[in-house]
Amino acid sequence: MPYVYIDGKKFEVADGQNMLQVALSLGFDLPYFCWHPAFGSVGACRQCAVMQYKDENDEKGKLAMACMVPATEGTRISIKARQAEEFRKSVIEWLMVNHPHDCPVCDEGGECHLQDMTVMTGHTYREFRFKKRTHRNQDLGPFINHEMNRCIACYRCVRFYHDFAGGDDLQAFAAHDHVYFGRYEDGPLESEFSGNLVEVCPTGVFTDKTLKQHYARKWDLQTAPSVCHQCSLGCNIIPGSRYDKVVRVLNRYNREVNGYFMCDRGRFGYEFVNSPDRITNALSRTDRSSDFEQVDDNAALDAARKSLGEAKGIAGIGSPRASLEANFALRELVGQDNFYSGDSERQKTLTDEVLTVLRNGPARSASLHDVEQADVVLILGEDLTNTAPMLDLAVRQAGMTKPAHNAKKIGVDHWHDAAVRELMQGERGPCFVATPTRTKLDKFSTRALRASAEDITRIGFAIAATLDDKAPAVAGLSDETLAFVEAAAEALREADRPVVISGTSLGSRHLIHAAANTAFALCKEGNAAELAFVLPETNSLGVSFLDAPSVDEAFEKITRGDIDTLVILENDLYRRIDRATVDSALNRCKRIIALDHIMTDTTGQADVVIPVAAFTEGDGTLVNNEGRAQRFYQVLSPGKAPEESWRRLLALAGANRRNGTTLDDICSQLFDTFPAFGDRLRIAPGARFRLVHQRIPRASHRYSGRTAMTAHINVHEPQPKTDPDSPLAFSMEGYHGKPPSSLIPFFWAPGWNSVQATAKYQAEVGGPLRGGDPGLRLIEPRPDAARSYFQPEPKTDSSGNKPSIVPMYHIYGSEELSSRAAALATRMPEPYIAIPSADRESHEVSEGDMLSLTIGNREFQAKAVVRDDLPTGTIGIPIGLGPFVGIDPNASVEIARGVTS
Amino acid sequence: MFSSIRSLWIVFKHMFRRRETVQYPDEKPYLAPRYRGRIILSKDPDGGERCVACYLCAVVCPVDCIALQATEDEHGRRYPDFFRINFSRCIYCGLCEEACPTYAIQLTPDFEMAEYHRNNLVYEKEHLQIEGQGKYPGYHFYKVAGLKIGGKDKGEAENEDKPVDIRSLLP
Repeated sequence: MPYVYIDGKKFEVADGQNMLQVALSLGFDLPYFCWHPAFGSVGACRQCAVMQYKDENDEKGKLAMACMVPATEGTRISIKARQAEEFRKSVIEWLMVNHPHDCPVCDEGGECHLQDMTVMTGHTYREFRFKKRTHRNQDLGPFINHEMNRCIACYRCVRFYHDFAGGDDLQAFAAHDHVYFGRYEDGPLESEFSGNLVEVCPTGVFTDKTLKQHYARKWDLQTAPSVCHQCSLGCNIIPGSRYDKVVRVLNRYNREVNGYFMCDRGRFGYEFVNSPDRITNALSRTDRSSDFEQVDDNAALDAARKSLGEAKGIAGIGSPRASLEANFALRELVGQDNFYSGDSERQKTLTDEVLTVLRNGPARSASLHDVEQADVVLILGEDLTNTAPMLDLAVRQAGMTKPAHNAKKIGVDHWHDAAVRELMQGERGPCFVATPTRTKLDKFSTRALRASAEDITRIGFAIAATLDDKAPAVAGLSDETLAFVEAAAEALREADRPVVISGTSLGSRHLIHAAANTAFALCKEGNAAELAFVLPETNSLGVSFLDAPSVDEAFEKITRGDIDTLVILENDLYRRIDRATVDSALNRCKRIIALDHIMTDTTGQADVVIPVAAFTEGDGTLVNNEGRAQRFYQVLSPGKAPEESWRRLLALAGANRRNGTTLDDICSQLFDTFPAFGDRLRIAPGARFRLVHQRIPRASHRYSGRTAMTAHINVHEPQPKTDPDSPLAFSMEGYHGKPPSSLIPFFWAPGWNSVQATAKYQAEVGGPLRGGDPGLRLIEPRPDAARSYFQPEPKTDSSGNKPSIVPMYHIYGSEELSSRAAALATRMPEPYIAIPSADRESHEVSEGDMLSLTIGNREFQAKAVVRDDLPTGTIGIPIGLGPFVGIDPNASVEIARGVTS
Repeated sequence: MFSSIRSLWIVFKHMFRRRETVQYPDEKPYLAPRYRGRIILSKDPDGGERCVACYLCAVVCPVDCIALQATEDEHGRRYPDFFRINFSRCIYCGLCEEACPTYAIQLTPDFEMAEYHRNNLVYEKEHLQIEGQGKYPGYHFYKVAGLKIGGKDKGEAENEDKPVDIRSLLP
């Protein structure tokens, strides 16, 4: 731990840092542009200039860029020195020479790093009287707005987009002060992480196009800490609302989970909460052939209560896209024996298997941060870019672990971005990808292999067997596969911190076993191997903890006539199970009560539809794929949207309950019933938590328009609503200091209005938040577990002519809710049927033909797409697109002959 | 006794003093142009809306009595979709005028706004908008801003160079 001196004061700092990091961590306000805690230093913008002194006798000093000065023992700098201050001021002045007079109409205004830095350096008057450089903008698609005039050429966008996230289509063009950041030609940004440009850009070049449609300034947003519901990773987010409408989503820093970034599905998928498909009124009807009538909420609850009273047998179907509380409230309403988990039998088996492996095995479940730190990555069967985008980004970072380690050996610190990249010369750490189709990660992998799900399973088992003799071996691998297995095993054996990534998207239980075997074998070798599994939905793992039977079992009981009334919680059964099966089961039910926030095919079959809160309108707890329980909080004020489903369910059960109806009440019951969830107060403080006797305000102290926004309806301002469920307030009043990490509604510090204020909430810049990162890990490995290896499945006879399904996922479209978001919907591909180019002739199809095929008993029609990356004997089905929902990847598939082109 | 007579005398003397009472409303007092009265929204020299919906007036307002929502026309020119001032809360401090970067919002020498019902003091954009430029003639924000709007392309604002050809490396 070296000692450094800043402005004559002595500080003890952590090893291997630069002086800018150190100064910011210690709370000094030192302006910067090109440096970013996730990208490191390049020393390009000259903004963090300080005076550096040789020793205590040196009075002259020299100007140095703090971000390029290593914080070694005895380093002396001065931030306050007059020369440094003047230098920083003139740097800003030069940057402002071409910066347009735009702030009032710029979306970045009010959360602009350039504005903050200009004020911080004291450059108050613009004396430049000459002509300003201008640029033409590009149309960068439905997510990002481009306004190049505002650029200060800090290169952060390209360093994020190209260097960090591995995108190809955003580059720097031209030279000198003409330098231009954009695409070669107009068109949507191809990267799945393009939305981060909004936060990375220190000024208003890249701004959120969905926010532009209902623009509001940062200070006017009512925000709350939330968790993304668009995949199983549970990235932390901050949705912001204005005039009772969600207008944007921003990343919420959580080092263990998503760090500084998030994917475009998460950032722009929020728009489904504003979709016209939202259920705003309770609906009811007497028989299923008639149309719904809008009814009063209480009338609908009464009707539901009456149905439950009259029912011969009830089943409550939970949902992996609803919170733990909602699922538990349903379980309480219908009783433990009548509660079903909401997953299909097929998916439930897979998720349960994942939970078993993580709970009982010696391999630790990896957080996104752990994956970033891994030095060798093995991906078995998962197209991460499309099923868990942020995990893909983490894997891309993992490629830097080994080169950074090598750089350290010759004395180059990891933050020395340009130097590390120069040294690595494009070299990346080992990464092995085995998937049925091409993935975007192939480009970043050491070896990528195309194979069917079954073969990938065998690869996993073979790697495990190579690593440990005791692991069961598989025979009959092709030469290409064997080479892959040997290369992967060799790299994994030498790794310090390997991670094996797999998931349930291919629908194979044996694949989970294969991944587990590999990780177990590595653990036996003494390596701290980690496992990450991708699950289909936001609370898949949480629902698995509740240990309830699957929907299929409920359907069986319906068929037997034991159940005649269904309560379906935020669940579209048609997306899980074959349409005909769901239809026949639902038709047999006398009464169906559906609670949901959006119209689905399932709510369309219900008798009573009760509107409930979407994720921005209610509170709840989710368990992500790592096994981390995280709380999300209500953003919109109560009364502006339907209540949470757990509150509705508690109201339904109300007649025979004397318990309260707050989040704390339901949580304490939930956590008492399931001790596996640990201590609820370690996930987030309870509703009675106060700081200096005050709540934590959801709005900034600058929140405007309180006495005018509803004045046209009633000139008397309504009292702010109180929040019975959390210590947050629907107000600008309350404690304005730093709240506990799980309750941070927005990042702001005096002088730091932009997202860069995050640094003020971290224990050290780029490190964990003060008080520890939010969320509670529920699963810890058992290092000494005498876990035996799983046995591989016997090789199936593939001599039959029937092709098998390869489920193909799309970041935009495969997920249920985000595909209702307006901007995302424009990026969704058309439904298609993918045919391997090798089988094109035997199927007698060519690109663009209208193709008809049967999966199980159901017929589908879509355009044919010929893909050269599909293994022969397979058919690619785009999961979730158009009619392709509720598909079992293991079902039989057949192409109907004689199709017209 | 004496004091009563003295009082009567003083009052009597006042009959010959100059009258201070202004016969309002028949007679209007002089109000300086800088007087802070009723708030208006002005237009630019071309007759376009000056307000660009930047929210600065709303945020600076100490009583938070200004609410608006920004929107854009098809050419990217930003303007308020609605603009509401609750004059029953307004304290006429003039900070909104000082904050306004486009001279759109201005306080005028008019205080005759009394109403019997408070809700009549809620002014919408159509009540605030005037046809002229108000106290600050000649200023046109979009003529100096770098943003492209209908009728003004990139490089056509004051003190702007023509857009850069990014496929050229010439200086």
